[in-house]
Amino acid sequence: MLRFVVRRLLQIVPTLFVLSLLLFAWLRLLPGGPAAALLGDKATPEKIAELNRVLGLDQPIPLQYFRYLGRSLTGDFGNSLISGDPVIDEIGRALPATLELAVAALLIAVVLGIPLGYVAARYRGRPLDTTTVIGTLVGVAVPVFFLGFLLKQWFAVDLGWFPPSGRQSVSIDATDVTGLAVFDGLLTREFDASWDALRHLVLPAIALATIPLAVITRITRASVLDVLGSDFVRTANSKGLAPGTVRGRHVLRNALLPVSTTIGLQTGLLLGGAVLTEKVFVWGGIGTLIAQGIERRDYPRLQAIVLLGAGVYVLVNLLVDLSYALIDPRVRLR
Amino acid sequence: MPTTRRLAAVIAAGALAASLAACATSERSSDAGSGGATGGTMVFGAAGAPKNFDPIFNDDGESFRPIRQMYDTLITYKPGTTELAPGLATEWSSSPDGKVWTFKTRPNVKFSDGTAFDAAAVCANFDRWFSMAGAAAQSQMIYYGDVFEGFKANAGDATGEPVYNSCSAQDAGTAVVALNKYKGAFPAAFGLTAFSISSPAALKQYDADNVSQSGDSFSYPAYATDHPTGTGAFKFESFDKAAGTITLVRNDDYWGEKAKLDKLIFRVIPDENARKQELAAGTIDGYDLPSPADYQTLKDGGNQVLIRQPFNVLYMGINTKNNPALADIRVRQALAYAINRDALVKNKLPEGAEVAKEFMPSTVAGYANDVQEYPYDPAKAKQLLAEAGASNLTLNFYYPTEVSRPYMPNPTDLFSVIAEDLKQAGITINPVPRPWNGGFKDDVQKAGKQDLHLLGWTGDYNDAGNFVGTFFGREKAEFGPEDPAMYAALAAADATPDPAAHAAAYEQVNRDIMAKYLPAVPISSSPPAIVVRSNIQGLVPSPLTDERFYSVSKS
Amino acid sequence: MVTTWANRRKTRIDDLATGRSLGADALVRLRRNPVAIVGAVIVGLFILVSIFAPWIAPHDASQSFPELQEGLRPDVIPGPQPGFPLGSDQNGRDFYSRMILASRQTLLVGVFATLIGLFFGVLIGVLAGAFGGWVDTLLMRFTDVLLSIPSLLLAISIAALAAKPSQTTVIIAVAIVGVPVFARLLRGSMLAQRDSDHVLAATALGVKRRSIVLRHMVPNAIGPVIVQATLTLATAILDAAALSFLGLGDGDPARAEWGLMLANAQAYLDVRPALAFYPAIAIILVALGFTLLGEALREALDPKGRR
Repeated sequence: MLRFVVRRLLQIVPTLFVLSLLLFAWLRLLPGGPAAALLGDKATPEKIAELNRVLGLDQPIPLQYFRYLGRSLTGDFGNSLISGDPVIDEIGRALPATLELAVAALLIAVVLGIPLGYVAARYRGRPLDTTTVIGTLVGVAVPVFFLGFLLKQWFAVDLGWFPPSGRQSVSIDATDVTGLAVFDGLLTREFDASWDALRHLVLPAIALATIPLAVITRITRASVLDVLGSDFVRTANSKGLAPGTVRGRHVLRNALLPVSTTIGLQTGLLLGGAVLTEKVFVWGGIGTLIAQGIERRDYPRLQAIVLLGAGVYVLVNLLVDLSYALIDPRVRLR
Repeated sequence: MPTTRRLAAVIAAGALAASLAACATSERSSDAGSGGATGGTMVFGAAGAPKNFDPIFNDDGESFRPIRQMYDTLITYKPGTTELAPGLATEWSSSPDGKVWTFKTRPNVKFSDGTAFDAAAVCANFDRWFSMAGAAAQSQMIYYGDVFEGFKANAGDATGEPVYNSCSAQDAGTAVVALNKYKGAFPAAFGLTAFSISSPAALKQYDADNVSQSGDSFSYPAYATDHPTGTGAFKFESFDKAAGTITLVRNDDYWGEKAKLDKLIFRVIPDENARKQELAAGTIDGYDLPSPADYQTLKDGGNQVLIRQPFNVLYMGINTKNNPALADIRVRQALAYAINRDALVKNKLPEGAEVAKEFMPSTVAGYANDVQEYPYDPAKAKQLLAEAGASNLTLNFYYPTEVSRPYMPNPTDLFSVIAEDLKQAGITINPVPRPWNGGFKDDVQKAGKQDLHLLGWTGDYNDAGNFVGTFFGREKAEFGPEDPAMYAALAAADATPDPAAHAAAYEQVNRDIMAKYLPAVPISSSPPAIVVRSNIQGLVPSPLTDERFYSVSKS
Repeated sequence: MVTTWANRRKTRIDDLATGRSLGADALVRLRRNPVAIVGAVIVGLFILVSIFAPWIAPHDASQSFPELQEGLRPDVIPGPQPGFPLGSDQNGRDFYSRMILASRQTLLVGVFATLIGLFFGVLIGVLAGAFGGWVDTLLMRFTDVLLSIPSLLLAISIAALAAKPSQTTVIIAVAIVGVPVFARLLRGSMLAQRDSDHVLAATALGVKRRSIVLRHMVPNAIGPVIVQATLTLATAILDAAALSFLGLGDGDPARAEWGLMLANAQAYLDVRPALAFYPAIAIILVALGFTLLGEALREALDPKGRR
């Protein structure tokens, strides 16, 4: 187990190394370059040359790369061109927002998706199953940003059930502890703040959850069907085991294996979806940083986020692999 | 067995939460209200975050909006007009040659840090700007560079001869500013928000001049980020970057009419539709520059759409340097004839918008009624192109995205309409969209990569030089090389102090620009709006977009 | 339960008895599957409309009409009227013609993005699967890197590189996202075959490696790739729409393309929601069509699906 973890961690290193190389090349390929972006409206070519010297951009590319690598390893990703703050601080500020949103969305997807997929499989071919299948297919076909807009228009503007955007009402003077607004309210017993944050969370979480929900439902359904048709379930049934036992011990446990892989893969999708969802809901998380960074060509910020995002994604998938061992004793990690 | 394991996990989680709760007690203040009069809180939707709060280091509307509430200028503008009015200076006068300006400072005015405002504070500010050191700081002083042209010691690429000479406090109530030359910009330019007066004590305490370049960016000192200190009707409380909210509170020691609101919050909502929906849901009380497409819906929703007087001009720039074909004036005239500006204004711009005959609004002295006009005439456009031997013209047309400007509500649509008109005249258009803050201004105004581009200008003050002088007064990458005679004529007009002669000189320049030079095609002037909910009173829309919220009340 | 199982066994035996090939067999199963039929009808209609779009659409996509401009104001967009069945768009153009013509542009983006992704993906996959060893390791490391970036983020990053955002840059950005997926898929499928009987047999018979790969391995591995390509068509259209929404889409706003039309209609949602809704519904339908078809194909080609 430990050796497996170490080996997998070591495998991540070259991936991230190549990624950092690509990112560096990407940055150098971009039109304009950092000096032009940095020097307001009145830069002359001489001024740009001078700045390039100051920033070390006139040195050989490999040397520049290793300096960049060295700084990145110490957590110094430079300063954002937009805010002037260190990128790592910006990410720190925005991370709780995205974490809250992503966890809420994943929670919705898992809590609804697994039972829905299971039920659809049990009643295969019945109206419930058909509806679920069609629902999942439509779910992945709706552009997230359009869905977000519709949710906002119906449930926030027309019905007034939820606030249209943002994370907290400005009238609520909430204490910030971890940055996870819902959680903070519970910690500090400012339950009104927690409730307020939760109301803000509902619509964006639903918008972001659609695709993972559809995918998880579908995978669960397929995988339950697979298991239901397998010999050992038939054996268990014919042995006369209680249906509940069969479902719990045999069917669900075996069916969850592919589902957990899917959940891991969804984290990447969530980050991509967050860019769109956060833009629509003015969420102020990592997705907003990315969208804004793209719009203003804030290269240091984008570089750092893509690298960290990839790191997180790879790590999550490692955790998923580890969770295999917990669900399925047949999987030995070597 | 699994049950016990789960139970243990729950207990552990509970214990963790409890211990966290123990150390994280509420920091919430017992009561936000300030006891006395409660004028309520207004939340105003902003399209972008401010860069910082030091007036001198800013040049964009999103930064200026909160700054205008916290600071005053020597001269100000009468609400809702471009007329000058006393601000921190109760009166002002100049020497006949326009080089020496004397300001009587307003007595009994205090900065929000409690220090007194006087003539010495005025001079401290002027001296600070003039002697600002370092390329980083100087490069951020856009308005200072435009108006005062040079520094005590020019660093980096600032090369101008300083217009500012010195400032002396004759007594506590009289500040005398001496200039090296007259410019038509004065005295109106003393009212520019960038030249707001800061507390000298606070400037010093929070290291205000220390703009540094760290890594790939600029970082601003504490004064600009956390301690802006002026004499305005509101005081700075906080800027929550994560939530994008800027909170200001009433300055109870304000020298003028005290603000009616207790609190004024600017909330950054970059998405246009999100701003509209927030307003509809009642979570914000107003926002700036609603899309003309939404005026009716907003009014139907019971909101007030406050229309500003048009004080801007939208133009299609022509870069003659980038494309030799454009150096032929017949080609530029063909472009002007090809665009159906009447239809554009009627179809795409709000009521009150007008086709621009020249590069300034008709309310500015120096506007000439009898300039050469270019009515829509596609046949003539084709003919001119043929005469110039440019029938197969292909042009790179740059237009901005991710932005809505007072003179340009929906750049993509405006571009689309103009490009189609040009195509009908037989010109091939290569569309190049760039994000407003992500390359458009750089590409167009600095690098000059475009053949054509869409841009405009909102006047800072009522002087012809602020329009035509800004556009065509010197060689710029935006338009390519132009006639030096045009620069000379503009400089001469700018340097004429006598108002009648000043206006006459600009009228002639305008005639020449439209007939002889045509460095761009003026398109339109249009009235931008600001929208507030029905329970908001007292917000006076300003043609200069210089709205002050002290007069605003909420019922 | 037992009866269905018995039935399934019976059909399986029947299938074996008739001796149909896997492909023909799949086709038969596809024809019986309502999901496949619905998907095929949607996709078929979409392709037909896009092929004949210039003949169906009464007007040009970029031309504006005086009769529509007459009533056009920033907050008034003329509705349906004689000659213009869906009324005007925000610039006085015929919305109906634009909707029709857009099918072609949208299909173009989807198909080209998928084909380019498929081409490079298959190339990498075949090389890795055929050679194995260090070639495999190197190529797969590369795909790992691409896969480690969430797909939309990758597309965004690539699209942001473009100095002039255009239809081509959108296609390239969306295509690159598909490359690692196709590569992995093909490689996996080929590796599984390397030790299979038919490949061993061919090797033993002295068939050249090149023709083993091209004649024996690739054709057998291509099934899942086709399924994936059909599904990718749907995501490609959706990703292109997302890029347009983020301002990274095609730079020519006059071009009629559903994603672009949806993005540019955001400002007129209150004035005429149809300008956003119709393109959105079209995108949803087409994405749904390709997804249905892809899922049905997957089921048909998967031997396990023969239940």
